[in-house]
Amino acid sequence: MNAPLLVFFVLAALAVGGAVNLILQKHPIHSALSLIVVMVSLAGLYLLMGAEFVAAVQIIVYGGAIMVLFVFVIMLLNAGIEEHTNFSKLAGFAGIPLALAVTGFIAAAVARSNDAVLSVSQTGAVAPTKELSTLLFREFVYPFELTSFLILIAILGAIVLAQREHS
Amino acid sequence: MTSFLYANAFLIITLVKIVLMLVILLTVNAYLTWFERKLVAHIQSRWGPHRVGPHGLLQPLADGAKFLLKEDPTPAGVDRFVYFLAPLLSLGLAMTSIAIIPFGPDPLPWLILGQKVYLGIADLNIGILGLFAITALGVYGIALAGWSSNSKYPLMGGLRSSAQMISYELAMTMSVVGVLLTAGSFSLRDIIDAQKNAHGIFGWQGIFSWSIFAGPLPQILGFFCFYVAAIAETNRAPFDLPEAESELVAGFHTEYASFKFAMFFIAEYTSMITVSCLCSILFFGGWLSPFPPSWTFTFYLPSLILIPSGLWVIWDGLRYETIWGRLILPGIGAALVAIGAALILLPALNNFIQGPFWLLSKIFVFLFVYVWMRGTLPRFRYDQLMSFGWKLLLPVSLVNVVLTAGAILWRGY
Repeated sequence: MNAPLLVFFVLAALAVGGAVNLILQKHPIHSALSLIVVMVSLAGLYLLMGAEFVAAVQIIVYGGAIMVLFVFVIMLLNAGIEEHTNFSKLAGFAGIPLALAVTGFIAAAVARSNDAVLSVSQTGAVAPTKELSTLLFREFVYPFELTSFLILIAILGAIVLAQREHS
Repeated sequence: MTSFLYANAFLIITLVKIVLMLVILLTVNAYLTWFERKLVAHIQSRWGPHRVGPHGLLQPLADGAKFLLKEDPTPAGVDRFVYFLAPLLSLGLAMTSIAIIPFGPDPLPWLILGQKVYLGIADLNIGILGLFAITALGVYGIALAGWSSNSKYPLMGGLRSSAQMISYELAMTMSVVGVLLTAGSFSLRDIIDAQKNAHGIFGWQGIFSWSIFAGPLPQILGFFCFYVAAIAETNRAPFDLPEAESELVAGFHTEYASFKFAMFFIAEYTSMITVSCLCSILFFGGWLSPFPPSWTFTFYLPSLILIPSGLWVIWDGLRYETIWGRLILPGIGAALVAIGAALILLPALNNFIQGPFWLLSKIFVFLFVYVWMRGTLPRFRYDQLMSFGWKLLLPVSLVNVVLTAGAILWRGY
């Protein structure tokens, strides 16, 4: 077994384990920490594919900014241990088979393409930052700017809502 | 055996580098505490540590022993897993960020296991972005320490510090964009090389080609924003609100004792060193000499500094009051003189040492300024801190990005 493949399986196990742990943990902070593990191991997977820029942005935006906000809010509200309800019957009957089916579909799609795991674990498919920015600012400049405009509107909306509550 | 060594040369050399780096970093950290206590003491007309060893030089050792041997109680009601995780996270992330810093332009003068060995552990293409990724995670150490202690002062300190770090990280990242635009790369090596070829004011070289003075737009604004935000990011005075003694006892690490406290301490000093490295690399030319390359006599500057300071330490040591001081201090002085003489006698070594010499000198200057500020400036109030970050630093760094981008377009870089 070669080294990149080994690293891939370690990171994949961390990501899946973190995601499962996120649901199983009772305390919100522990759940948030598991989510951070998921984000960082995803960044590791991107790094393995040679997408260094995406990996760094994944950690800065998701692992850093967004999750810090989560942890900050949980700390500020001093949220306690959650009470678990009995699982609803619908979730038991429909949820688990549906989840399995979705996983199966994705796994089948991945398995059908040739040597998917191997090509993922081979470093070499480098996506330099320059090419990424050329795509964003030349070819997809209108969708990109429109999206940023949408985000700006959302930020303004958040400020307006927060201020109304204040006064 | 040898074939195994040669086949895995890269891995082995990197591991050895990591171990060496850890040892050097911990020693430097220890003596940074000594340096800080001495300097702050002299600023305040005191002597500082002077009991343990000559001039208090063994004080860091005594402190280390104290941290290791003290009782380490775990308070009741803490969240045990997170409580133990927080100092590890803080220290681990602070130490990792040093791995990305390159310390010299050339590989070692000789090959090791058939490989060129550069100073610095990892040379990432995304250099500075990787560093920001690590600092972005650094908040968790402090925030989780504050939360898991299950006590009011640490919680307040943790909340303050997370708010402060989120606010200032933004300004810090934006203020670097000007330099990145000028250099056209994220790699720290490329950023320094770009400053080497830049022609500054009147086409002068040396200090005037560093990005704070040269490039399409001198990055003075960028440097101001970066340095202030970085000081806030490392929770140092005058931005040390998370551990304001008069309000919060000791802030986020109130409930930590013994070596777990030391881990937070080491993490803080390590991030001070990282910030000083970044300042000198991004804005002050990294390992480039401040003199134009035609001034060849500046090659002897390391010796010119080492030999007189060594002689001074010998002269000072011979008059020291204790017998240990009269033995140890002249020994240190003789070592300094010997290194200085060796640099004159071995031109190859002297050539190799130039880059690291300038980088380390610049790092030392920034560390000095760090301590100087702590000894001089009073602490900010919390609302002042927030309005300073959001209403001054962030807009100024944004303006800097726009102006730099405009200058690059206008001057056709």
